[in-house]
Amino acid sequence: MTGINPLWEVFVRPRRGLSHSHVGSLHAPDADMALRNARDLYTRREEGVSIWVVPAADITASSPQEKDAFFDPAADKIYRHPTFYEMPEGAEHI
Amino acid sequence: MPVEPGAQSLLDQVAEAERDLVDAAARDRPDAESDAYFDAVIAADQKIEPRDAMPDAYRKTLIRQIAQHAHSEIIGMQPEGNWITRAPSLARKAILLAKVQDEAGHGLYLYAAAETLGVDRAELYEQLLSGRQKYSSIFNYPTVTWADVGAIGWLVDGAAIVNQVPLCRCSYGPYARAMIRVCKEESFHQRQGFQSLYVLARGTRKQRDMAQDAVNRWWYPSLAMFGPPDGDSTHSAQSMAWKIKRYSNDDLRQRFVDMTVQQAEVLGVNLPDPDLRWNEERGHYDFTQPDYEELMRVIKGDGPCNRERMANRRNAVESGAWVAEAASAYAAKHNNRQEAMA
Repeated sequence: MTGINPLWEVFVRPRRGLSHSHVGSLHAPDADMALRNARDLYTRREEGVSIWVVPAADITASSPQEKDAFFDPAADKIYRHPTFYEMPEGAEHI
Repeated sequence: MPVEPGAQSLLDQVAEAERDLVDAAARDRPDAESDAYFDAVIAADQKIEPRDAMPDAYRKTLIRQIAQHAHSEIIGMQPEGNWITRAPSLARKAILLAKVQDEAGHGLYLYAAAETLGVDRAELYEQLLSGRQKYSSIFNYPTVTWADVGAIGWLVDGAAIVNQVPLCRCSYGPYARAMIRVCKEESFHQRQGFQSLYVLARGTRKQRDMAQDAVNRWWYPSLAMFGPPDGDSTHSAQSMAWKIKRYSNDDLRQRFVDMTVQQAEVLGVNLPDPDLRWNEERGHYDFTQPDYEELMRVIKGDGPCNRERMANRRNAVESGAWVAEAASAYAAKHNNRQEAMA
């Protein structure tokens, strides 16, 4: 089924001003039909104003097992956070 | 976590489960490389996600349960679908259509959640048709009058909700999120059924009898939806430890009875159990257990409508195959055309 009827991941923007969020997936032969099916499946109660469909096979995901090694480089750079810097008393609006 | 399922209104409980899910996600996660990762995530009430390491038996249990749940939604379209063309008014017909369409949607959310565990959709369809995977016994009972549509909404969907709300807290992320979606939509199903029965129960003599007759036939099968009693339930203890299930079959059944007695009074129908009465000491209603031998018979394939349901399902797959083939051919044609133009 994955061959002729591939899996698509569905992202819905709930309202203007919010970003698209992942809501689930579905099978469809092509992008147009995936979009129509997504409308019927995930927005039956006006849950969205815009839909993205993405072939699941085209998504490359980082592995949860590599999570630490992968994200480690950011862990020891606490000077990227404003709270790293202690402000002297009397300094205002900073 | 609420002490008793059903203590608050359905939608409150679903909203609370959703808030807890977001809160748990904001807390620190256990070390993904540790051997104790899976147990630590479960202990912290956080969610296992598709690519996380998990015990094989956890994956298998979830596939079995989510697939059975998805199959139930799909087969569950048939008993009520039986009345779409004969609904007594255009409004009732539109409501029933929307409800049956929701059941299809719920089936699809659940199949999608099962697929995140590495099983293929076509394989799941195949296992339903071959009988290797089951669906809820309740859908093997016939809908002989219009009042059955109301009784199903009130009792069957009511029981399903008591079962499903705790699943919004299931430890497997995609299943919990699908269940939050399902439960938000399910509330309409129960209310439309209640309201439809309410109208019948205030109608002519014939209509009142029809409503009562439907309640008489659906009451015990609805109680059986919670599964065998705790002592005989094979999967329960492990599923509770994994936080797939949150309450035992008997606890949920009791909760359903306690909620439904008061609703029956408002409706003006009788629940067909002479031994149903309030037990001051227990703080619950005593009631007659459903016939669990009948439940086992129906699950094994020998209910009033098992053969018909499966035949209809098989026929839908076979007679609808040309639609899938045409859609694929259309997609292929457009692909070729675009490639030729590029």
